[in-house]
This record gives sequence, structure tokens and C-alpha cells, in this order.
Amino acid sequence: MFWQISLELLQGFGVTCLIFAATLLFALPLGLVLSFGSMSRFKPLKYVVKVFVWIIRGTPLMLQILVVYYGPALIFHWGFLDRIVAVVVAFVINYACYFSEIYRGGIESISKGQYEAGQVLGMTRSQIFFRVVLLQVVKRIVPPMSNEVITLVKDTSLARIIVVEEILKVAYDFTVTGLIWPLFYTAVYYLVFVGLLTLLFGWLEKKLQYFKV
Amino acid sequence: MAFLEVKDYRKKFGENEVLKGISFSLEKGEVLAIIGSSGGGKTTLLRCLNFLEIPDEGTLTLNGETLFDASEKKQNTESQIREKRLHFGLVFQQFNLFPQYTVFRNITLAQALLAGQAFAQKKREFAAARRAAPKEKRRALKAEHRRILAEIRENQKRGIAEKTDALLERVGLADKKNAYPYELSGGQQQRVAIARALALSPDILCFDEPTSALDPELTGEVLKVIKGLKSSDSTMIVVTHEMEFAKNVADRVIFIADGRIEEEGTPAEVFGDPKSEKTAAFLRKSLEELF
Repeated sequence: MFWQISLELLQGFGVTCLIFAATLLFALPLGLVLSFGSMSRFKPLKYVVKVFVWIIRGTPLMLQILVVYYGPALIFHWGFLDRIVAVVVAFVINYACYFSEIYRGGIESISKGQYEAGQVLGMTRSQIFFRVVLLQVVKRIVPPMSNEVITLVKDTSLARIIVVEEILKVAYDFTVTGLIWPLFYTAVYYLVFVGLLTLLFGWLEKKLQYFKV
Repeated sequence: MAFLEVKDYRKKFGENEVLKGISFSLEKGEVLAIIGSSGGGKTTLLRCLNFLEIPDEGTLTLNGETLFDASEKKQNTESQIREKRLHFGLVFQQFNLFPQYTVFRNITLAQALLAGQAFAQKKREFAAARRAAPKEKRRALKAEHRRILAEIRENQKRGIAEKTDALLERVGLADKKNAYPYELSGGQQQRVAIARALALSPDILCFDEPTSALDPELTGEVLKVIKGLKSSDSTMIVVTHEMEFAKNVADRVIFIADGRIEEEGTPAEVFGDPKSEKTAAFLRKSLEELF
């Protein structure tokens, strides 16, 4: 019984991990693009991005999942997206906005002198960004990023709002049959996963300790 | 014609005109000291020379060739400005070393990037040559090209490493080659910054108050290095508050006040017998600060 349920929860946890991994995969680069947009010298782009980030950060992720899933069908009478795809799209947009603000803070914290030193040495803009600035930004944003990423692990449980079979949904379904303990047992899965992430981020921080910004 | 000729440089930030027509010239191997109170436009002038700011008006001639003309907007695109920058080196007040790289890598980075660009160019040329060659010869050509490219890369690497070692020797930091910037004192960091600027062999090396961010006991080592460069025939422009240094090291001195050159001449002329009342007042004040 215990192993049977553990296994079923593990299956749900697989879906959780899938949402987690897909979100990071797409939101990390998309966030960088958005951060460039929000720092653009081209004013219209800058304000469009800023308003977009405001809307996404200003509304609940649960609502956004519902909009992505039901929106196209209700408004344009298109078909429904695959549930898991809809969840990932909503998560990617949401997290890209949070990441973009972290990136922006990190990039803007690098002193102008670093850019100028690159410039007088004849470097191109992209050389300056990738060879000089980027690693310093990474070092600065590891702590806030680790916070966001850990939050993401637990936010995946919102996917059950459109009946995606992630771990919490699986556990919740057991309660209907009178089994309560699997619901609390899910904490173990989350804790182990977050524990591993904490170790990973700790390792990364240590790796970047060889220089000071 | 002088080595460097700057004519009528003007620069505005919004409504604030910081440079109101600056003209001067400099001979090869000379050291020019620029003095003046803060806010007068010294640093802006230096930044304009390095094209960190683009002057609104004026021309710059280097070695008989017009390098910059503010009215020729088409010739001042970003990539062209980048090439122009290579004629000048700049040592910053705040050093601005790259914290994530060792001393050695700080000095070699820009050279390596330039070498990489030259290498990629050569590679493209070879590829084009192979496409133009008859089919049966291509394989032999490919082997030949590969050999030459490997040789070029090897030579580039060795050249950069040797040059960097020599530069570190020159600024007295050969033993700090593998240190990171945070492990160095301010004076040492500034000497690395000087080596980094010299690595690209600029025609003219500029210093923006190179000792102002240093503790008083560390200024000596930096000034000594700059003095040493003078004897090796580098052309230099130094914005400085160190009047003694300007007096002893500079061949010519320019006093800038309110965006204009108020006085210029040899150190003996400017310090010994200033013609302008403003200059005299400035020199009196900076003397008072000393005591």
C-alpha cells in the first residue's frame, strides 16, 4: 500500500519536475530578452515591456493559467491547448517576468566603468557583455535567483487548477477516497527536491567566490 | 604638423556646454599634463579623446591623418569609433579592472579578442580560396591551410604571452601574474591597469587622475611607473591634481577652466609665471591645500 502510493505520487512528481524544468528552460532566456527590453533606449519598447511585466507580476499565476487555457477557446473559439502545454506557457511567461527584473537589477548594478574599460580596449558591445559583464551579473543574481527557483518548485502545484496530474493533485485525489496521509506525505518529495536545489545553489555561490565584485 | 592636433572640440550635455572650443597639439614622445579645478572639463576632454563621449564639434588629427571630424557623421558609426579608440589608451581613476580575471587575463583579454578576429578573417579567406580552387586540389589545400592556421594561432598566443610578461615586468608586478584584482592594493591595481592599457600599444596613453583614488602612500609607485614610461618615449596625456608631478614630468601643461584653455606652456612658464589671473589663483589655492 505504502509503496503503491509512493509510486503513484512519484509519477505525479514527474509531472511536477517536467513543469519545473520546462519553465526554467524557456523562462531563463526569455527573461533576459525581457530585461533588455525594459532597459531599451527605444522608449515605446521599454514601456510596453514594463507594462507587460506589471500586468504579469500584478495578477495571480492561477488566473494566468486559466486565461492561457480557456482564453483562446472562449475568445477566439479555437481549440484547447494541451493542459500541460497551457500550464508551461503560463509559467514561462510569469517566471520570465520575475527573472527579467532580477536580471535588470544585476545588470544595472555593474559599474559604468566596466563597460568603459571594455570600450577603450576596443571591445564590441557583445564582447563587453559576454566577456566582462555577464559573469559578474551571474555572481550577483545567484541569491535572488535561488529564491525564485525554489518558489517555482512549489508553484507547480497550481497546475491542478486545470486538472494537470502533478503530485499535489494526485495526493488530493486520494483524500476523496478517505486517504489523508498521502497529502502530507508529498512534503517529503518537495523537501528533498528543494534540499538538492539548495545544495546546488550553495555550490554555485562557492564556485563564484574566487573573485569579488 | 604635430603628432596630435585637436581643433575646436566642443561638447554639450543638454544645455550645459562643458567644452567650449578646445584646441591643442602634442608632439610624439611628449607628456602633456592637464590641470584645473573639478568641473572645468578636464575629464570630459579626456573622454572625448578616447571617444567615450563624441564631441559635438571639432576635429582630431593624428600623425597627419584626420582621425575624427564631428561634421562627418557617416564616418562615426559605432564600429568605426571602436577602431578609432584603439589609437588611444585610457587609465581610469577607479582602475576598472575586470574582477573575474587574473592580472594576466586582464592584460591579455583585449589582445586575444583582436587576435581572434584576425584569425577568423584569415580562416574565411582560406575557405574562399579553397572554394575557388579546382576540386582535386582542395584536399591538399585544406591540410596546408590547417597547418598555417595552427601556426598563426601558436604565434599569436606566444606573442601575447611574451608581451604581457614584459609589461608586467615593466610595471613591477611579474610576481602577481596569477593574482585576482581584489588581492591587490590600489597602487598595484592601477599598475595593472596601466599595463592593460599599454598592451594594445596605443599611440597616445591617457590618464584620468590616476592617483586620486589611492591612499597617499601608494601614489608614489604609480607616478614612478608613469615617469618610467616617459623615458621609453610614450606619448601621454595626464589629467592630474599632483602639481609636483606635472611640474617634474610634463613637457607641457594646459590649465583648463570653465571649458576653455586658460593657459598653456612649459611647466616653468605655467607654474613659474602664469599669465592668467585664473591660473595664478588656482595654483595658489592648490599650494595652500598642500600645507
